[in-house]
Amino acid sequence: MCLAIPGRIVEFVPAEPHLAVVEVGKVRRRVNVDLLRADGLALDDWVLIHVGFAMVKIGVAEADEQMRLLALLGEDKQALDELEGYRFE
Amino acid sequence: MKFVDEFRDPKLIRQAAQEIRRLARPDRHYRLMEVCGGHTHAIYRFGLEDILPDNIELVHGPGCPVCVLPMGRVDDGLSLATKQGVILAAFGDMMRVPGRTGSPLEHKARGADIRMVYSPLDALKLARENPDREVVFFAIGFETTAPSTALTLRAARQLGVRNFSVFCNHVTIIPAIRAILDSPDMRVEAFIGPGHVSTVIGCRAYEFICRDYGKPLVTSGFEPLDVLQSIVMILRQLEEGSARVENQYARVVPWEGNLPALKAMAEVFELRPFFEWRGLGFISQSALRIREEYADWDAERRFSMPGVRVTDPKAAQCGEVLKGVLKPHQCKLFGRECTPEHPVGALMVSSEGACAAYYNYALRKNSTVAV
Repeated sequence: MCLAIPGRIVEFVPAEPHLAVVEVGKVRRRVNVDLLRADGLALDDWVLIHVGFAMVKIGVAEADEQMRLLALLGEDKQALDELEGYRFE
Repeated sequence: MKFVDEFRDPKLIRQAAQEIRRLARPDRHYRLMEVCGGHTHAIYRFGLEDILPDNIELVHGPGCPVCVLPMGRVDDGLSLATKQGVILAAFGDMMRVPGRTGSPLEHKARGADIRMVYSPLDALKLARENPDREVVFFAIGFETTAPSTALTLRAARQLGVRNFSVFCNHVTIIPAIRAILDSPDMRVEAFIGPGHVSTVIGCRAYEFICRDYGKPLVTSGFEPLDVLQSIVMILRQLEEGSARVENQYARVVPWEGNLPALKAMAEVFELRPFFEWRGLGFISQSALRIREEYADWDAERRFSMPGVRVTDPKAAQCGEVLKGVLKPHQCKLFGRECTPEHPVGALMVSSEGACAAYYNYALRKNSTVAV
């Protein structure tokens, strides 16, 4: 649960402005973006995701770095499992 | 330094390591606490202690939410799972944490309806899908996780989901750091500050550590180079005789934190007068409870729970390890009765717990060396 997963925003959900579709590797899932709406999120923005919520906007370099770090820590598979496990669409 | 070449920027890592050796005075012993369990995991995984000179000691702090949860709270949560019609939803990290009568996983095997979820919103969805059942979410975590629970409770109220509630065990990091600073058997000279908690609370929240206790804190990223650079920044401050908050992880941590997250937490939660931390005892105003406005979604108000204080197994020395008084392998149970497969104490359960990290990496490496 303490994982922070980097994801790229690929779609917004017009009927549900608190949600956005993020892509991590080849996995796409909806996450809650309520905490970053004031930041003016755009398509292709990168965010760090924690327990289904986008927590902070990051750059593409930081996203690469975070994915690499998860792999080094042996947590990359766990991160994708978590993302695939979100069920709250 | 044979592991260094596997990391990114090996040249910069070598430079940081050299700078650390230059700055660390040979006649001084430095005790630096990494507050966050994520850092503990990274430090052991990357063998960073081997890169540091002997007189720099890393003390592993209380920033692993599973590890600091006292056994009585685990039992309280599990007591809900045995009630008729209740589904208890918990993060995967909680599933193997031992209670007095077994872990959530063991209770599940005995027939309790306990579901693993990846998000509090999954628990809310479970409630909507099972209107004839009561779904309780076993909430744990520091300020990184608490806003997610707050927003989930807000959604539950907006949607009028009446069969959903939260067993709130969220804790806050600042009072724990203060308790460590006030503890008589604790001598820490500086702090490696948490990374992800700081994305929510920002850096200003740590200023009292510098102002009132004269100790530096540097919020740090999790890569090997990040941790080493943070140690360089700390040593420079100690050399100058200054104490201030610095942000090594500025590429991710905003100085002011995340205001909507802080606002959501303030709307839904209030501070408990006191809360028990495993190993640290009762700390005043160190945890969150659900506000009166959200009482209908508060499992502690909706259900009766034993609320019994359970002491850890006598031989387990989790408290001393949590305070950094003992190293994990100095506990009598370490690696014998208490292993990641059969944890006695919570520090052995989570990958962010000092004992599990030490067991998985340091011990393995040491035994390889011995062979």
